[in-house]
Amino acid sequence: MAAVTMRLPVVRAPVDSSAPRGGEKHLVAPGDTITTDTGYMRCGQRRRRGVRAGGGAWLGSVRCVTAALCPRYNGEIGDIVVGRITEVQQKRWKVETNSRLDSVLLLSSINLPGGELRRKSAEDELAMRDYLQEGDLISAEVQSIFSDGAVSLHTRSLKYGKLAQGVLVQVSPSLVKRQKTHFHDLPCGASVILGNNGFIWIYPTPEQKDDEAGGYTTSLEPVPLSDREVISRLRNCIVALVTHKMMLFDTSILYCYEASLPHQIKDILKPEVTEEIVLEARQRLLDSEG
Amino acid sequence: MASVVLSEAEKVYIVHGVQEDLRVDGRGCEDYRCAEVETDVVSNTSGSARVKLVETDILVGIKAEMGTPKLEKPDEGYLEFFVDCSSNSPELEGRGGEELGTDIANTLYRVFSCENSVDLKSLCINPKEHCWVLYVDVLLLECGGNIFDAISIAVKAALFNTRIPKVRVLEDEEGTKEIELSDDPYDCIRLSVDEVPCIVTLNKIGYRHVVDATLQEEACSLASLLISVTSKGAITSMKKVGKGSLDPESIFEMMEAGQRVGKSLHIALQKILDEEENLGTSRPKVGFLG
Repeated sequence: MAAVTMRLPVVRAPVDSSAPRGGEKHLVAPGDTITTDTGYMRCGQRRRRGVRAGGGAWLGSVRCVTAALCPRYNGEIGDIVVGRITEVQQKRWKVETNSRLDSVLLLSSINLPGGELRRKSAEDELAMRDYLQEGDLISAEVQSIFSDGAVSLHTRSLKYGKLAQGVLVQVSPSLVKRQKTHFHDLPCGASVILGNNGFIWIYPTPEQKDDEAGGYTTSLEPVPLSDREVISRLRNCIVALVTHKMMLFDTSILYCYEASLPHQIKDILKPEVTEEIVLEARQRLLDSEG
Repeated sequence: MASVVLSEAEKVYIVHGVQEDLRVDGRGCEDYRCAEVETDVVSNTSGSARVKLVETDILVGIKAEMGTPKLEKPDEGYLEFFVDCSSNSPELEGRGGEELGTDIANTLYRVFSCENSVDLKSLCINPKEHCWVLYVDVLLLECGGNIFDAISIAVKAALFNTRIPKVRVLEDEEGTKEIELSDDPYDCIRLSVDEVPCIVTLNKIGYRHVVDATLQEEACSLASLLISVTSKGAITSMKKVGKGSLDPESIFEMMEAGQRVGKSLHIALQKILDEEENLGTSRPKVGFLG
């Protein structure tokens, strides 16, 4: 039975972003603590406990650094990214990561299948296409940044590498919260990689952690229906959170998933259901924080 | 057509999902995404409509101008279609979008070539001398898969919204004819859209077919069938696209599915158009700012 729903458009206002919590000030003087949220600013390897208003000649409004919803990803060393191979060049691959310039994955920066470590030879160069082709998805870490801003990636760990069956969701990079780990095995039955560049990869949790595989064997076995339902639901929940400009991290996605359980998967994207789910998830997040 | 590159594993995941009637966003094979339809969005046209199918955004404007009837049909008006895809992506700017635009325009001509789709005799003012020509301009604002369906829905909605001013032909003693426009701006003729067909695109993925495919699903499909169906379920035209082949049995199955889906599509569209009409001037206009 075909289901076709049409509606008249309504002006959609995103769910009110965080109601002023006690103590959040709008006018500050130099030296005042603005927020103690550790997700706000990052400098080098340390995370500041609190952000202080800068000293200066002027007293007035302080603009928060992470306010803008910028669509392009600016690489930082140590970030986890999910990217798609666009070109196979001599001794390197060009990877699309939603940044201004294509990122680079050097042949010397990858782990060979089987996990062996050796210097790459000329045969490896000719066999590059056997490892990674155009269109393949990989998870990698940012190794360094070139002077022109292009990012250099590496997959020198067994947890990175070519990605197998799953679903990719592309969101704005500023909606992905910086956390200690971006690889999450959610209790609902699927796993998710939250790339800092806004590429979210949802995939079925593998049964055993294959260490020998090194991330290159792709299983093309059909994924069971129960796993598919979880993955589709997670995908719709992430799209719902993004529509209302909420930060994406494992807890917010999980709360949104649990709030969506009473509804059918395809109904999650209806505007009224989206709003209901996101409000509930937001409420739970506020309750758990304070 | 804007297309995405997918990895083999992603394609396999999508194909297996379609086999089990659970697509990536939780829909069944014959479910449409939630569509938003709004008419009367462009003020200086005789009729206009905007259709948004999540990521696909189409704008149609219809202008009624006076012209000379065609030689072979002297007592009928006619429709002219122009399609512009240049705002979609950089690769479709200038000459690139021309091919796609001509393709869509030719399909629309074919769909509307059936005699009864639009009452062309009502567009005649003076046989052999004057008639109304409806210039239908289609603007592809965003391509998120399934553009033909969205375009046909938008054209039908715009035709429903079209108001052609009433004219009277006055003949004086010498025999010269004068055309007089009615003074009342609300005195106009409306077209009946009961027989206007809508296009249903059925993409063959694996062994099954899906309706309203996303860009990712279109990348997995090698052959598709475009069927134009009227509200009563009559098929007015059919076109096969894609480099793959279709088995005659699957063509019959797809035709039946197309008729089923087409009827639901017309019912849903007519309902929303009537709802919009009944709201009249109290309807909040969203336009492009929502």
